[in-house]
Amino acid sequence: MDQWKFTPFLHTALKNLFSRPDTVAYPFKPAVYPDRMRGHVVIQIEDCISCGLCARSCPPGALRVDRAAGTWTISRFDCVQCGSCVNACPKKCLAIVPGYTTPDGEKHTETFTRPPKPDAAPAQPKPAAAPAQPKPAAAPEQAQ
Amino acid sequence: MAKQSIVPFGPQHPVLPEPVHLDLVLEDETVVKAVPSIGFVHRGLEKLVELKDFKQYVYIAERVCGICSFGHGLGYCQCVEDIMGVEAPRRAAYLRTIWMEMSRVHSHLLWLGLLADALGFESLFMQSWRLREKILDMFDLTTGGRIIFSVNCIGGVLKDMDSGMLVQISRTVDEIERELRPVADTFLRDVTVGSRLNGLGVLSAEDAKGMGAVGPMLRASGVPYDSRLTGYAAYGDLSVEPITATAGDSMARCEVRIREIYQSFRLIREAIAKIPQGDIAVPVKGNPNGESFMRIEQPRGEAIYYVKANGTKFLDRFRLRTPTTSNIPPMLDLLRGCQLADVALLILTIDPCISCTER
Repeated sequence: MDQWKFTPFLHTALKNLFSRPDTVAYPFKPAVYPDRMRGHVVIQIEDCISCGLCARSCPPGALRVDRAAGTWTISRFDCVQCGSCVNACPKKCLAIVPGYTTPDGEKHTETFTRPPKPDAAPAQPKPAAAPAQPKPAAAPEQAQ
Repeated sequence: MAKQSIVPFGPQHPVLPEPVHLDLVLEDETVVKAVPSIGFVHRGLEKLVELKDFKQYVYIAERVCGICSFGHGLGYCQCVEDIMGVEAPRRAAYLRTIWMEMSRVHSHLLWLGLLADALGFESLFMQSWRLREKILDMFDLTTGGRIIFSVNCIGGVLKDMDSGMLVQISRTVDEIERELRPVADTFLRDVTVGSRLNGLGVLSAEDAKGMGAVGPMLRASGVPYDSRLTGYAAYGDLSVEPITATAGDSMARCEVRIREIYQSFRLIREAIAKIPQGDIAVPVKGNPNGESFMRIEQPRGEAIYYVKANGTKFLDRFRLRTPTTSNIPPMLDLLRGCQLADVALLILTIDPCISCTER
């Protein structure tokens, strides 16, 4: 029994009584996140080309990309912050930044819409766009 | 013969945060038989391999368990790399080794805390988890996550560590090593802790080998077996010696884990000193075709990974044998003949991870 001690923890226990807490007094003091912290995904929607690679690489299927509407939608509740989309993005317009999104009582999605390019705006009223419209309509007629 | 009664243990029990259920057949206070049933946290993660492509599955593999998450990602990636004939760069292998050893420290400190909690030694529990928090901070700094790291990829790792981070890890390891001494001394030398652990649940070396015990459970019975000796990742370049004890009781299992923490500190320092410069990942093209089998030493013991691919981006099969699965038969043997009050402690000494076991 000579190797046994009766109070090996006494020193630590006494020190605890007079030392400051090891925890952070959140929310009175702000939480400090390291630079690499995977908090939530953000998008620089102006640079997005709607290729859809992020949505295809997303393991939980939290992303939806609509190429025609130019939208990028994320379900914050499904996202697991793995960073797969960030690695897959060819334009590097996705990033994971520190800090958590606010908690919520129900599932919701966030949709970002790509603004029209300034040089593409005058292209819309082109007369060539008008005859292009009946074409898709003609295709179903042929099918019938 | 005394009258037998059956006492259900779990799936919700104050000692274990995870759902394991045992039917304990008792004669008075003595356990004569324990019948386990698992399946309370089955999530079908192995089946998911048919729905997610092999690159996406890395993120799912590491979510098998919250403590061994890095090892699961590593084991899966090594299997797929083996099939595709890809070798991760040496720097990536060293980074993987550092993270793996940090995982071992964090897992063993977590276990020490749970053990102290089971003994009713709350202050010791808090001290163990306080030290673990420092390792979690290092994970947060280097990977961006405390528990789920998402740094493994097929062909290497996704994030590098700069010299500042390596120095910081080294300093933290020194700090934890210094602060762990009184905590370890309490576990190994304190009379009250010793009175609960000494001679409890003795597993002989023959029984441990015969029933397929792995990890600290096997080594505490005196069998010097450690999968790290196979030299995966950068372990081939480092000096790994299996930590063993001879008594085979609960105190021996505690001692092995504490000495493994110190061994991990040494391995982290050695890896930091030897880490080469270079790339952290190689590009991977095409789809895997073939099958591979890999064993790695998780903190809880040897885990086995099996991947079968068919040339498409979806794998045919992913199979994982976790250390707890192997340690359940010897645990049932230990429970036979013990007192009811010791059941929780004995279950805890195998360091069960039910989440891994059921996947």
